[in-house]
Amino acid sequence: MGLFNELWKGLSVTGGTMLRTMFGGSELVTTQYPKETRQKPQRFHGRHVLNRYPDGMEKCIGCELCAGACPADCIHVRGANNDPENPTSPGERYGYIYEINMLRCIFCGLCVEACPTEAITMTHLFEMSTTNREDAIYTRDELLMDSAGKVPHMFPDEKLGDLNELNSSDGWMRATAPSGAASYEGVKMWSDTANPGSWDPEPPQDEADSSARPEEDTDG
Amino acid sequence: MTWAEFGVVVLRVVLTFGLLMVLTIINVWLERKLLADMQSRIGPNRAGPFGILQTVADGLKLFFKESITPRKVELGMYVLAPFLAVIPAFLIFMMVPWGAPFMIGEQEVILQGADLNIGLLFILAMSSMAVYAVVLAGWSSGSKYPLIGGVRATAQAISYEAAMGLSMVAVVMFSATQGEGGGTLSLSEIVSRQAGTWGDVIPALEPVLRFVPRWNIFPQIVAFGIFFVAIVAETNRAPFDLVEAEQEIVGGFHTEYSGMRFAMFFLAEYVNIFSMSAIAATLFLGGWNGPTFDDALPGFISAILPTVYFLLKTYLIVFLFFWIRATLPRLRYDQLMTLGWKRLIPGALGWLILSTFVIAIRQFGLPWSS
Repeated sequence: MGLFNELWKGLSVTGGTMLRTMFGGSELVTTQYPKETRQKPQRFHGRHVLNRYPDGMEKCIGCELCAGACPADCIHVRGANNDPENPTSPGERYGYIYEINMLRCIFCGLCVEACPTEAITMTHLFEMSTTNREDAIYTRDELLMDSAGKVPHMFPDEKLGDLNELNSSDGWMRATAPSGAASYEGVKMWSDTANPGSWDPEPPQDEADSSARPEEDTDG
Repeated sequence: MTWAEFGVVVLRVVLTFGLLMVLTIINVWLERKLLADMQSRIGPNRAGPFGILQTVADGLKLFFKESITPRKVELGMYVLAPFLAVIPAFLIFMMVPWGAPFMIGEQEVILQGADLNIGLLFILAMSSMAVYAVVLAGWSSGSKYPLIGGVRATAQAISYEAAMGLSMVAVVMFSATQGEGGGTLSLSEIVSRQAGTWGDVIPALEPVLRFVPRWNIFPQIVAFGIFFVAIVAETNRAPFDLVEAEQEIVGGFHTEYSGMRFAMFFLAEYVNIFSMSAIAATLFLGGWNGPTFDDALPGFISAILPTVYFLLKTYLIVFLFFWIRATLPRLRYDQLMTLGWKRLIPGALGWLILSTFVIAIRQFGLPWSS
């Protein structure tokens, strides 16, 4: 009876999984989310942050390239001249208005790629629920890291699973190989950021992957 | 009718209703928990120990939510449909004997809502009523997806009720040969005819069959298979949940329902699962029959054991419902029709004719022997 065979095959998969889950052995694919959080991937596309140099200067120069690159048109930037006595950024100009509408943002990271000074990068924060639409527009104050290099966020620290996430505004990771050129692998191609200071470059991809993946016959 | 008799009737109806409500609340939680286990998830675990109060929390939430009435509904039918779903669901379970009778003083208490002599017919009638709820809900919502769901329900009900009825007939015919007084549609009578073991019936094979309970499933295994498929389709459960197929037609017939009206459909579905499983256990698995060890155990344990056996058998079938839901993908519409009309109904008819012949030959001998 082919039908019953097939039926039994399917039932044994679900039944077996049930027994393994009930009596241990099988790993759960879900977690108790607000209580325990998962380790996110290093290059997670979370909420944005505006970085500072280790001396406290802002990296943003108000060039509006991020706004131009944004496919969702959610970034609004206006630059202004620096006060020569008390400059905000090392260059001539700085971004004095910087707004991102998180309701429109698609978290593609094109703004990060467009930024010439690695001023805007993406954090690991993703909990952005608000009770009204205006709160979803992140202004300069909410995006800019403090002078110690800590990413600002709107909920108490203890709600976060991993406080180290606040210290990893991870622009350094995508700077590892600009435009994906292999010759930049392992070469440090970015400027230092306030809190973490200097990061080592990531190992080349084939080296990083070889531990995770078994040998593959690439010739097909 | 004396006051004592009246009190007993009220008592047993309240007991049956209470049992059904409590078990339904547990069943919703149980299904979510078992499905979670089958999918390597955690499942509800916040409300109460092991999350067992999750259903209560959900029910309370739905109770306080607004029952939205969309503008284009046919109001009368739209309001009536949830009640049409819930009431037959509860009435069906009233027919099922769920424990051995016991005495309170002079009064005998049967653990059954009502012992009708046409119990099975009543069950068939009520389960057909439940289809009206789905069809009317779909039609009166005045919206396209519910309408599709309602139309699917009509076609599905027609193709599966016939098979369900025919497989029941085979059991009733077989059961008629098993005791004094000929055929019966009373569920308590059908249960009492399944007491004992097959060793009592066939003395020649007594050493082997003395351990095989005298359940209808053994001679009527094909009828059981057809009946099980039919009740899964009847309760609109996966893989026959075309009427509410979320991925195709949003919520099917209950798309436009919210709040307590939706909760009633939801309740009816789970009550139906339990009562249909209880009927399958009653017809095929011997109901509350089982060894009670009257001599060895204290009296009250022996009195409770039949209910325990009944629940064990019922939950075996309820578990099958959940297991199949977690495993099988939904049938396509034409596959459902093919299965109903080309496989189940001819199969049920063939089995009915076969068992008729066997019963007739056992009773009257071969046609040429006289």
